[in-house]
Amino acid sequence: MLIPLFLLIGFGAAVLYSAAGGSMQPFASSHLIRFGVFLVMASIIAMFSKGVIQFLTYPAYIAVVLLLVAVEAIGAMGGGSQRWLDLGFMRLQPSELMKPVIVLVLARFYDALPLGMIASWRALVPAGLLIGLPMALVLMQPDLGTSLAMAFGGAVVMFLAGLPMRWFVGAGIAGAVAVPLAFFFGLKEYQQRRVTTFLDPESDPLGAGYHITQSKIAIGSGGLDGKGFNNGSQSHLNYLPEPHTDFVFATMAEEWGLLGGIFVIGVFAIILGWGWRVANASDDRFARLLAAGLTATIFFYVAINLMMVMGLAPVVGIPLPFMSHGGSSMMTNMICIGGLLMVNRWNREAPKRRLQ
Amino acid sequence: MVGKGKRKRKQPVISTSTLKNSFDRRSFVIASVQGGIGLLLAGRMAYLSIAENEKYRTESESNRVNLSLIPPRRGWILDRDGAPLASNRADFRVDIIPERLANPDATIDQLGSLLSLEPDRINDLKQEVSDARGFQPVEVAKGLDYEQFAAVSVRLPDLQGVVPQRGFSRYYPTGATVGHLVGYVGPASAEEYEADRNPLLITPGYKIGKDGLEKQFEQELRGVPGARRVEVTASGRIVRDLETRDDIQGDPVRLTIDGPLQNYAARRIGLESGSVVVMDCKTGDLLCMASMPSFDPNSFSDGIGSVEYAMLREDERVPLRNKVLKGLYPPGSTVKPMVSMAFMEQGLDPNETVFCGGGLRVGNRVFRCWKRGGHGTVDMAKGIYQSCDVYYYHFAQRIGMDPIAAMNRRCGLGQEFPLPVTSQFYGTVPDPEWKLNKFGREWQAFDTVNATIGQGYMLASPLQLAVSAARLATGRHVMPRLNMATPPKGFDQVDFPDEHVRYVRQAMSDVVNGPGTAGRARLPFDDIKMAGKTGTAQVVSLSKSDGRTGPWRFRDHGLFTFFAPFDNPRYAGAVVIEHGGGSGSAYPIARDVMTFLFDPAKGMDALRRLETQWGGTAQERLDRKYAAFAQAAGEAVSPPPSRDEDIFDLVEAEARVAAQQPSEIAEEVIAPRPEATPSGAPRPNPEQQVIDAAAAGIAQ
Repeated sequence: MLIPLFLLIGFGAAVLYSAAGGSMQPFASSHLIRFGVFLVMASIIAMFSKGVIQFLTYPAYIAVVLLLVAVEAIGAMGGGSQRWLDLGFMRLQPSELMKPVIVLVLARFYDALPLGMIASWRALVPAGLLIGLPMALVLMQPDLGTSLAMAFGGAVVMFLAGLPMRWFVGAGIAGAVAVPLAFFFGLKEYQQRRVTTFLDPESDPLGAGYHITQSKIAIGSGGLDGKGFNNGSQSHLNYLPEPHTDFVFATMAEEWGLLGGIFVIGVFAIILGWGWRVANASDDRFARLLAAGLTATIFFYVAINLMMVMGLAPVVGIPLPFMSHGGSSMMTNMICIGGLLMVNRWNREAPKRRLQ
Repeated sequence: MVGKGKRKRKQPVISTSTLKNSFDRRSFVIASVQGGIGLLLAGRMAYLSIAENEKYRTESESNRVNLSLIPPRRGWILDRDGAPLASNRADFRVDIIPERLANPDATIDQLGSLLSLEPDRINDLKQEVSDARGFQPVEVAKGLDYEQFAAVSVRLPDLQGVVPQRGFSRYYPTGATVGHLVGYVGPASAEEYEADRNPLLITPGYKIGKDGLEKQFEQELRGVPGARRVEVTASGRIVRDLETRDDIQGDPVRLTIDGPLQNYAARRIGLESGSVVVMDCKTGDLLCMASMPSFDPNSFSDGIGSVEYAMLREDERVPLRNKVLKGLYPPGSTVKPMVSMAFMEQGLDPNETVFCGGGLRVGNRVFRCWKRGGHGTVDMAKGIYQSCDVYYYHFAQRIGMDPIAAMNRRCGLGQEFPLPVTSQFYGTVPDPEWKLNKFGREWQAFDTVNATIGQGYMLASPLQLAVSAARLATGRHVMPRLNMATPPKGFDQVDFPDEHVRYVRQAMSDVVNGPGTAGRARLPFDDIKMAGKTGTAQVVSLSKSDGRTGPWRFRDHGLFTFFAPFDNPRYAGAVVIEHGGGSGSAYPIARDVMTFLFDPAKGMDALRRLETQWGGTAQERLDRKYAAFAQAAGEAVSPPPSRDEDIFDLVEAEARVAAQQPSEIAEEVIAPRPEATPSGAPRPNPEQQVIDAAAAGIAQ
């Protein structure tokens, strides 16, 4: 299973090599080193037993919430917003840690919830609080992208836990009503502008629409087989903003064309498909919800990022897993991979129950 | 589907297996949605990269490649012999690109010593460089000579980020003496770009013709810009050159102007304000169209400075007005040969005489001759060479105004000529119909009297007077031309019978060489005789000024029309000196200009002597005046209008107003001024005395 992942990381390193103007420094080498480090971490995660994980779930949740509060407090004292804690050896974004942890804590919650209560308010309200608290803290940073990612992961777990369908339909309708209200009253001006720009990027080609326009030019000019490795003019001449992080897919598509894009999307399909198979193969409710939630989290990153670079979603600043350069994103995604490997191991170690 | 299934179970029994089923169904739904999104993304990408590939490929190229224009070298403006009146001078300049400087301060210090920059300029540069961002070059110096340029160029390996460049700037070798004729160049204004959406016009450093011939021949002179395609980054840094196409220099324009003569005539005008026009009688070529004082087109082309503009604006001699085309003056007695032609055409025998007793009664008014004592018996020849006013008063009453006006027009007065100039004033030839239309008043006898001596409403430009001289001299309808490319015109059209022409030639020769009014205009040659006619034009009523002293702007204009040699005319022309105090200010200039034309060495001798008295050449005096003015004015000058067009629109409007000045006395009886005589009238203007004294010395 790790083979497609290795391919994707290797391909990502090649694209970052090109994004740095044909050099391993500063992106490609650190990308590979980080992957190595976090692969070890994922392997360690994979070795945890179910009992230990279940025991650690709530303490982990509380710890990350405290970290989020700490970030807020330091930001408030420093007189500005900040998203990370400087640990000396790395800058830790607690909001990134929260993404897998929210999935974990909800899986644990529904696992422990008596079956009969699944259709009652007792299934909804505590879970809502569990999601709402960190979401509120992250929104205060403000970081809309990450809080939406947490909401998405949480909602998928709730959906799969078997909560009544009408709640989701109702939430959908409420959301449809709330989105315009939130847009006009809830968002800051720069966030509003991102949305309007997304709807009509050409209205402001040198201002806020610049990112989307240049990204589409990069992808569109790549054609079927691209301009060739290291020959992308959009990325090399700095027309493409952030060619190594959020817009790494555009950098790739310019040089490798549609074929490279199909390859990347295909590999993600394989990885996510494997995640679903792991979830389905598990007989244990906790493991199932955990695996599905982690898969959904990875999916959310991939889908939003690709929609963004292709001009289908507003610019929200979500990197592409395993290809974008950046430690926090790599850490989150490797935690998810580690969690999936762990569930996979649990499945393998309890084969008899499945056969029965 | 899933929802329906759930709703059927009214009271569902929730168990591990129902939840497992629910999970399976719902995970299938989510996985399907995810797969759908994956397919959507793949489709979207295919759409972008295949269907819209061409569009985005083009956009990517236009991002990457920057096309910059290389301004074409402007075509030269040449005189008739191919010598440049306007050329291009290699302009060496040095820029620095702040981003590429390794050690800005040290580099700037080194440049400062190489180019000998002032210390405060060096400090300014350091400030500019530290403020500058990106790849926009900062100008260090321009207009460098080749040695300085070379000194920087050879040290380039040590001077990282320093860019020596070679461009071209417009250069007028004879400076102010061609200012009005040639015009000048400057950056295109917004209106000009609006009218001609050529991207060249907004290329930095590119200049177009702003006035005179530079403007008139803009399209010929412009040339074809070169182009440089370069690969640039988003911030504008040039990565590499892709290809370069050289510019094509604009076509030269060859004029009929004789460069040295133009320069000589302009300098000879000296301290006066006036114009000299000389034409070739065989071709109609305009050899000289000098108008002084003038502006220096070299400094105008660098941008018109506030101090310079203020100096030119405040000068009552209006250096910004092209007096050849836009100066209108009562022609005074210079119309008399034309009036004579009209008399002869109407059948008047030139030998018929009238007695001049110093005046003539017309109706209930007495009109005086300039010679209060009277000329005695006067025939047509004496009427011309002695400029007897009574002769013309008398016969004009008999002939009537209409033939006289028609003749003036045939000689070129009141006419515009097909010349490549931005504008020319056509003046006024009054007749009864004109007066009725304009003022609603009947033509009076005194109007005829005034018109026959070139006063009243009559106004003519120096160019028209020069054309009239050429037509009188040749008897042909000579059309002036300025561009060598246009064919000579009018020589097949006979204006006057040969015998009339011979008569007028002889009479005009006697003005200079006989018992006439301009004896000191005699050329210093035995075999070449100049013919001419003096004119003195009154601009204000007698009560305001005697025409020779008092405020400069109330003094009489001095005029002289001429041609030479008198018996076989080769050159003809006119000199008009504004407020020169009479014709005595004009004909010495005509004499020296013609002397120069036939014998340049002799002409230059005369000029050098004069220029020593005046304190240098026209350019030197202009420079000195500018320095003095700048010192006195300091910073307290109003800036010039931001549009060059405004400057000359204003000048033109003022020229029209100024031309109206003499018509204020048109209804008055003009008491003609004494014409200069061979014996020499007393000269109350000391400056003029000096000039004439010097001139008299040469004439002998």
